Amino acid sequence: MKSAVIVFPGSNREGDVARALAQAGSKVEKVWHAETELPSGTDLVVLPGGFSYGDYLRCGAIAGRATVMDAVRAHAARGGLVLGICNGFQILCESGLLPGILMRNANLKFICHRQFLRVERTDTAFTRAYDKGQAIDVCVAHGEGNYTADAETLNRLEGEGLVAFRYSDERGQVTTNANRNGSMNSIAGIYSETLNVLGMMPHPENLIEDLIGGTDGRGLFDSLVSSVARAA
Amino acid sequence: MKARVTVTLKNGVLDPQGKAIEGALKSLGVEGIGNVRQGKVFDIELETQDQDQAEAALKAACEKLLANTVIENYRVEIA
Repeated sequence: MKSAVIVFPGSNREGDVARALAQAGSKVEKVWHAETELPSGTDLVVLPGGFSYGDYLRCGAIAGRATVMDAVRAHAARGGLVLGICNGFQILCESGLLPGILMRNANLKFICHRQFLRVERTDTAFTRAYDKGQAIDVCVAHGEGNYTADAETLNRLEGEGLVAFRYSDERGQVTTNANRNGSMNSIAGIYSETLNVLGMMPHPENLIEDLIGGTDGRGLFDSLVSSVARAA
Repeated sequence: MKARVTVTLKNGVLDPQGKAIEGALKSLGVEGIGNVRQGKVFDIELETQDQDQAEAALKAACEKLLANTVIENYRVEIA
């Protein structure tokens, strides 16, 4: 398993996600945004969290059009795995790899807290280590995480089962209170039509050590490593 | 040649920043303020003197980067 973590000016979670991937058993290489190609043999591309280009224009707008993104689009079109976390999700939406957009949180506040997510399906490369409907305990930290799409897109996402995670309480109940940023349908993460691209606002890479409060995030990275091993 | 591009949110898209500004104006006691929507303005200098080329370049700029047409409209004015 070989992962490429893309680094943009202003990315700041590349080290954390690289550590989570290495812990799960992946080789990890960091790739600068101006590169035109991914390292050969890349199985997974990760767009990490942060504030690429200072969130200028719109969050993820400039990074979404960076040189390396052509290579990421080609990787995704070949069926390669792509994971975008937080700013990475914003970049995926701006680059056209995922539909919709992340708007300013409905309460206008930057939110930073522990958050439960309900795992909507467990038959994808990203979630096979979880149970369906399981509530996983991770973190959120963002000012623009309010998932918004037109009615047609939303219907398609729901109809095709492309919602990956929803904000929930600790029992996996999707409640209004648990949806602190105002996202439509409490959406915390979505898949591409072919299920090989996942964008999510929360940070699974924050919760991978008992020492710092929990390990529910590990399942995502373990799922990816075991999925790549099965496909090989 | 100079141009001004104005990017605004589409009708029906929730604009929490506009709402906050509207609330602030009301709390400042500014009379007669109704709905407020926030947008962006780009002043762009063009290298070409040709109107058609300028329009094409500005349309490309808006579609490729300046506006996210999922939620935003844009308007181009060439001076």
